Amino acid sequence: MKEYKTITQVAGPLVFVEKTEPVGYGELVTITLPDGSTRRGQVLDTSMDTVVVQVFEGTRGIDTSSTVRFTGDIIRLNVSYDMLGRILSGSGDPIDGGPKIVPEERREIIGAAINPYAREYPREFIQTGISAIDGMNTLVRGQKLPIFSGSGLPHNDIALQVARQAKVRGEGEEFAVVFAAMGITHEEAHQFMKDFERTGALERAVVFLNLANDPAIERLLTPRMALTAAEFLAYEYDLHVLVILTDMTNYCEALREISAAREEVPGRRGYPGYMYTDLATIYERAGRIRGRKGTITQMPILTMPGDDITHPIPDLTGYITEGQIVLSRELHAKGIYPPINVLPSLSRLMKEGIGEGRTRDDHVQWNDQMYAAYAEGVDLRGLVAIVGEEALSERDRRYLRFADEFERRFIQQGRYEDRDIETTLGIGWELLSMLPEAELTKIERKYIEKYHPAYRKKAE
Amino acid sequence: MEVKELIGKVYRVSGPLVVAEGLKARMYDVCRVGDEGLMGEVVGLVGDKALIQVYEDTSGIKPGDRIENTGMPLSVELGPGLLKSIYDGVQRPLPALKDASGDFIGRGIDAPALDRDAKWDFRPVVKKGDKVNGGDILGSVQETEFIEHKILVPPNVSGVISEIYEGGFTVDDTIAVLEDGTELKLSHKWPVRIPRPYQEKLPPNIPLITGQRILDALFPVAKGGTAAIPGPFGSGKTVTQHQLAKWSDTHVVVYIGCGERGNEMTEVLEEFPELEDPRTGKPLMERTVLIANTSNMPVAAREASVYTGITIAEYFRDMGYDVSIMADSTSRWAEAMREISGRLEEMPGEEGYPAYLASRLAEFYERAGRVRTLNGNIGSVTVVGAVSPPGGDFSEPVTQNTLRIVKVFWALDAKLAARRHFPAINWLQSYSLYADTLAEWFNENIAPDWSELRKWAMTVLQEEANLQEIVQLVGSDALPESQRLLLEVARLIREVFLQQYAYHPVDTYCDLKKQYDILKSIKDVNDLFYRALESGKLVEEIIGVEGVDEFARAKFEEDYRSAIENAIKKIKQNLGVE
Repeated sequence: MKEYKTITQVAGPLVFVEKTEPVGYGELVTITLPDGSTRRGQVLDTSMDTVVVQVFEGTRGIDTSSTVRFTGDIIRLNVSYDMLGRILSGSGDPIDGGPKIVPEERREIIGAAINPYAREYPREFIQTGISAIDGMNTLVRGQKLPIFSGSGLPHNDIALQVARQAKVRGEGEEFAVVFAAMGITHEEAHQFMKDFERTGALERAVVFLNLANDPAIERLLTPRMALTAAEFLAYEYDLHVLVILTDMTNYCEALREISAAREEVPGRRGYPGYMYTDLATIYERAGRIRGRKGTITQMPILTMPGDDITHPIPDLTGYITEGQIVLSRELHAKGIYPPINVLPSLSRLMKEGIGEGRTRDDHVQWNDQMYAAYAEGVDLRGLVAIVGEEALSERDRRYLRFADEFERRFIQQGRYEDRDIETTLGIGWELLSMLPEAELTKIERKYIEKYHPAYRKKAE
Repeated sequence: MEVKELIGKVYRVSGPLVVAEGLKARMYDVCRVGDEGLMGEVVGLVGDKALIQVYEDTSGIKPGDRIENTGMPLSVELGPGLLKSIYDGVQRPLPALKDASGDFIGRGIDAPALDRDAKWDFRPVVKKGDKVNGGDILGSVQETEFIEHKILVPPNVSGVISEIYEGGFTVDDTIAVLEDGTELKLSHKWPVRIPRPYQEKLPPNIPLITGQRILDALFPVAKGGTAAIPGPFGSGKTVTQHQLAKWSDTHVVVYIGCGERGNEMTEVLEEFPELEDPRTGKPLMERTVLIANTSNMPVAAREASVYTGITIAEYFRDMGYDVSIMADSTSRWAEAMREISGRLEEMPGEEGYPAYLASRLAEFYERAGRVRTLNGNIGSVTVVGAVSPPGGDFSEPVTQNTLRIVKVFWALDAKLAARRHFPAINWLQSYSLYADTLAEWFNENIAPDWSELRKWAMTVLQEEANLQEIVQLVGSDALPESQRLLLEVARLIREVFLQQYAYHPVDTYCDLKKQYDILKSIKDVNDLFYRALESGKLVEEIIGVEGVDEFARAKFEEDYRSAIENAIKKIKQNLGVE
């Protein structure tokens, strides 16, 4: 292995090295600074004349007398079952003061694509205990369902609540949480860690922390490290792994930084044209594989810059993930937790995960009716703002009330309130009973007779 | 000057782009890069260097590695065994890749597109001494129960048959020999970027029947036509594409999952073998070719996938079949072009897309059409492309350039999707330029008043949109009675006719007769309403009349006709009109 002292240029996170032996694309690089400290990087561009290295731990202090060593290997993560309960840095080194991880295996962090032919369609209902998710936008095992949030909204609380409460009912199967933080603040990290420790969840978790003051470029590694660990636990140890990635917006900023440093042609808002492909190589690592017991479910969190859902980051994410949970500043301002706006939210995989034998037989039609009624109520609010409530018909007023109650009783719940699916559906039925029965056009007669409070009372 | 060979060396690697040195290369030659033999394609020549886009991950490739030029353009293999297959973007069968490298796709794996061992029972229709030209039918094999796979003379070959055989053959066996010694086999290769030749294009005047009410009745596409479905995420593009792939009345369906979700492809893979083709009663898979290049698979293969798909479609067209091709999504394809163009450091056009975006899109859609094939049969390729505009903004370059070419525009609407109105196709924005040419066919084959009914429904919907603006301001109570009635009729058109449940066993597919019956009965209800109004009924009584709910649900019944009749009878009684 040869060492070079031929750095000719340092530009932002990039280091240019000349006159090397042939170096492989994607190779892992270590740079030794004059003071003896080392940095790691990866080959981004290689040719007979120049090699471009992106340095993950920042280029501060690197000068032309630094030594560059090409390892001939690509970036790998030491993985082991003992990772559970450990806290690692954004590039995979233990930072909890504990011993080094004795690797069972050293895995490439760039995961190969799952062959679509080897996948199994996700259809196992995960009960999160949150009505707005379980009832309206059901999560299933192997899904990737992001939270689209804004700055200042309680997305971390929701993610923690999901991590705490998520379970597949009637099964005592082993689960684990892999948590990857990218560019979040110490305070936020502290909140997560405290909650993990208090609830004992840390024992079943692997935590990767890249904090706001850690090098931005390291963020490009963190989610891949986390998913490599998740794949190992899921496919070698049959665990059901929930991966929480927060905050993907910081990841995308790092991607833009590298792209700008390389002087690439920018796409929308300066983000590189390959951001879709790049994000896909992260999100598509969720899923189930035929014949393997373990699964990977992803819940990435991103903050929409300016609450704009058409911003490239939420936009490209939405095109890859199987739905999205959208948080609303308006609901948050009303004091409603979790402030989930169900109208733009969606779970693409729920149709197979709900209904008889999975949640309950009436769930599908109940869901349609709840959506339609709430959408109508919200629409009417716009009208009320113009003509006043008095001008509405009796029917319209009921819908208006439905929308208010929907937010207050159905969406709103405690941070530690774990509602089972029957409770969620039951609250929904109570709300639906505020409407005239003839309005329940999306629900078949037999379910109305079975679950509508008016009939249940009669039966009792 | 240096003598160039078909073997050269890597000079530079930057992501999926590899620059070769000392390589004899033509544009679009396929090369093998490195010891693993990664597949790539020449996309540019600069001085003595060749730019190669590689279809696989290039990690570990270094300067000096060997590159071999196969001297062949990127081609697909065409022959029996295509149907029921699932390929990646460069026609490698995914099941074979799974056998070779497990659940994750490894690198440098080569797998033949067609099964080498399967024997096909070949029955010739030409005999010794016959003169054959390119595209002529030599004979056929029964590929699936309903598709007879015609064995064609490759389009660039002609001559006099000196030998012809009959019996069981594999795709590599010779089935005929021409007098000049050319051996013909059950399969042949064709470069994907070159359209397969035909005699002439014919006017598209037969509708593609999809069983989806809003598509067939309001915005029909012709066999051999082109359509685009743009929409923001979550508006139902993929579900609509799946519905088209399931129910379109074509002989063969090619479905391209281009840069989309892995789980969605899995859904197709699990579902299609289970679903029945409404016309033949056989599993849908038997007429389907799937191409899956999910978003995390290499970007260059994504760029190739639409060409792979359309070439296979053209091949079945040349046998005289109607073929439809669903590309989900063409935006991912355009982005793949942009990504590669960026790596080539080309001067970007709008939003970073290459300047040739418009011409590439046009070239692709122009490969659709109803044609007289080289052998005189008539076949068609219908192209339906999904477009995923960033932020749902239709003014972006891919949507705009697509709209300049395609004749049918099915605009998906996030607002409709949010209220669970599916298919969320906006009836005011969408259009079909075939509507007039196809009206004749519908009037002749379904009902003489088809186009009249269509016009009536469109007028009511348009009128509703105008009235809604007023209702937004003053509420519906302020409208005159007849207009309030119109709003109710429009609601029926929307909820009963336009809304269609893809996951409901009966409603998922609606034949033309039923489409007509439903729309006609809504018109009947409309007439009853207005007669009741004239006879002095209050508008509230009419709108809330018992029987309407039943009427609305009639479409879910197997015996929808009597359900409709009963409901209308009830409405008549309750309104007291005939």
